[in-house]
Amino acid sequence: MADKHVDELSGVETTGHVWDGIRELNNPLPRWWVWTFYACIVWAFAYTIFYPAWPLLTTNTKGIWNVTNRAVLKDELTAASGGQKVFVDKIAAMPVADIIKDKSLNEFAAAAGAAAFKVNCTPCHGSGAQGSVGYPNLNDNDWLWGGSADQIYTTIAHGIRDPQDPATRVSEMPAFGDILKPEEILNVAAYVADLSKQPVTSGNPAAGKEVFATNCVACHGDQAQGNRDLGAPNLSDAIWLKGSGEAAIIAQVTKPKHGVMPAWTARLGDTTVKELAVFVHSLGGGE
Amino acid sequence: MNIYTADEPKKEASNAQTADVVRHDAEPVNSAKVRKPLYEARKKIFPKRAEGRFRQFKWIVMLVTLGIYYLGPWIRWDRGPFAPDQAILIDLAHRRFYFFFIEIWPQEFFFVAGLLVMAGFGLFLITSAVGRAWCGYTCPQTVWVDLFLVVERFIEGDRNARMKLDKAPWSFEKIWKRVSKHAVWIAIGVSTGGAWIFYFADAPQLLLDLWTFQAPFVAYATIGILTATTYIFGGLMREQVCTYMCPWPRIQGAMLDESSLTVTYNDWRGEPRTHGTKKAAAEGKVAGDCVDCNACVVVCPMGIDIRDGQQLECITCALCIDACDGVMDKLGRDKGLISYATLADYNANMALATGNGAHDINPNIVRDADGHFHNKVKHFNWKIIFRARTLLYMGVWAAVGIGLLVALLSRDRLEVNVLHDRNPQYVLESDGSIRNGFTVRILNMIPEPRVIVLSLEGLEGATMKINGMDQPDSRSFDIAADPDKAVTLKVYVTVPRDRIHDDEEHFRFIAEDKSSNEHDVYKAVFNAPAGAVNKEHH
Repeated sequence: MADKHVDELSGVETTGHVWDGIRELNNPLPRWWVWTFYACIVWAFAYTIFYPAWPLLTTNTKGIWNVTNRAVLKDELTAASGGQKVFVDKIAAMPVADIIKDKSLNEFAAAAGAAAFKVNCTPCHGSGAQGSVGYPNLNDNDWLWGGSADQIYTTIAHGIRDPQDPATRVSEMPAFGDILKPEEILNVAAYVADLSKQPVTSGNPAAGKEVFATNCVACHGDQAQGNRDLGAPNLSDAIWLKGSGEAAIIAQVTKPKHGVMPAWTARLGDTTVKELAVFVHSLGGGE
Repeated sequence: MNIYTADEPKKEASNAQTADVVRHDAEPVNSAKVRKPLYEARKKIFPKRAEGRFRQFKWIVMLVTLGIYYLGPWIRWDRGPFAPDQAILIDLAHRRFYFFFIEIWPQEFFFVAGLLVMAGFGLFLITSAVGRAWCGYTCPQTVWVDLFLVVERFIEGDRNARMKLDKAPWSFEKIWKRVSKHAVWIAIGVSTGGAWIFYFADAPQLLLDLWTFQAPFVAYATIGILTATTYIFGGLMREQVCTYMCPWPRIQGAMLDESSLTVTYNDWRGEPRTHGTKKAAAEGKVAGDCVDCNACVVVCPMGIDIRDGQQLECITCALCIDACDGVMDKLGRDKGLISYATLADYNANMALATGNGAHDINPNIVRDADGHFHNKVKHFNWKIIFRARTLLYMGVWAAVGIGLLVALLSRDRLEVNVLHDRNPQYVLESDGSIRNGFTVRILNMIPEPRVIVLSLEGLEGATMKINGMDQPDSRSFDIAADPDKAVTLKVYVTVPRDRIHDDEEHFRFIAEDKSSNEHDVYKAVFNAPAGAVNKEHH
């Protein structure tokens, strides 16, 4: 390295390194680049003074501005909720039936409800609120306890068969396996299946009609149209919460299964429950 | 048209003394012959004021371009009560771009992309025809440096006075001249940044807000940044921006060919240089037209000597042509010793002057006995601009332009976009009918409120229900569309069980403005579970 080699063609010194006879010119770095580089070094050191940087044994230097991402996030969330406050306050003060009539409130509440739905409701009702066997589809126009915004709100607020909430919605269908003879169960199941034109194979619908009139009309109604005050499902329509078909009906008559939904007000607060009600009401089946 | 011999040579002046010509003692700062080491700090360039037709042209270009830039946002254009009345406005907050009678929504940004493509091909065309004309005349860097030089000359004087002032020790005079020069430069910078922001908001209102400190922070920050860049690039860095920072000169270099016009020193008539023809004649020497007065060197804003040939620094501003033409005029010789010339012409003339390279340049060969140019000397011919390459660029440029124009004139101002719900894809209703959910967006792209009729075409028996509208299910809804806005609707389409013929049925949403018959169609699909398909009708 002692010998300084100067490239003949350009008159520029080389670095002294040779690769297969090729030498590298030792051209200077552009001045602006060098100064930018120095500025970056100064910036980096200054940064460590103002911001948290150097690791210590158990903690780290906090920097004289004492910035933490957690505090920044908190500030941003506070600022964001400040912007939402106008809407949230109105939602808190108004009944759900009035919220859905106000265009901007309705939009805000539905969007907030959609977010709350994703977090709290999808495990049972599905991400599209489409439900599954035993868990109601919230998109359709079939409602066990009523499909108006206020009725949906009450259902979400107090839950269904929630032992913690005294105002919860309660209904219980007896286990007819202990009351009716097996043949009567077959016949009544055949009758119910026939109401919605499902294929009948094992029972006699005509005989089942009598069994139905004696045992079922009190709750499900004389046309099997259901009763929303009791949460008794409509048995004449196309929607079957516990599964359609004769076998599913027989199973439900013999030993009914009853779904449980918790009361949500205590968990989410009244405003979020209202927002959820607005969202569910907007899904297409709302009355 | 003949650039070389714009004027007939003045016979009576042909004996003019070369002594009439001011000889400048100047060295090109960025000499092509002596490349200074890159370690060396920049040497200042003190361009002398040039006069002539290219300088005139550059003044006009400066006036027009700066005029457009500074006054553009102040032009008003009435669009009615529902749209801003600023002719040129980039409304970022509302995602709109206004240009006189044209309004562009974000999804129509391809118009801007098309204009950029046209600008690109336009530059290719200009460059292949007349060289780096963009750099020399219209580039903002060139225009603003020119403006800054006007200020510099006004305060500090022309080249010699400035050089003297630069060398002089600090004195009261030097301090006030320097302070006032930089102050004016910064003021120009502020107004440059200030003009920029007016394109993004209502100009009169923003100006008022600026002065009362009510304008948004980003406005002040933008002015600050553009003031800094204008001052630094135009006042301090100048030719270094073109030589070291800008990528465009390198691209333009590749666009040139042997038929492109570039600023050329015609050494086939200029060499050998001599300080005096009479003296040369007395000594029996051959003398070219160049009297080595360095006028071309001192006017050059890039600090080069054009007589060293085409160089990367040269922005072809043509000021050396003006300077040289002035000198040739005084001497009574043909103008155009430095001129716009093509490499092909230049090579042909060089071959003539050197006997195809057999000997040194003999400028006598290119002239006949009368002193006129030999008829074998090639002169610039306008026809050279129309060659395959430039015609191709012109064709592409025009094709894109016509395409944009057709697209602009035939574009829809009413659009309907539809998004099919995917989760759930369909919903079974209690009466057995099937429902699909759609998010329908109706775009009313004119600044007037309209009533748009949204209706279904196809899908027999289907009805619509729209969230938030108190209207019974129907196949047609009247939608109130706000001016220049999109309205988003949640639409549920329901088909009775006995009308479902396929698990995938095609139909259309039609949005129509009954008053103007303007309409748009969206082809949509109605999905049903396979089990619900009515086989009797199938």
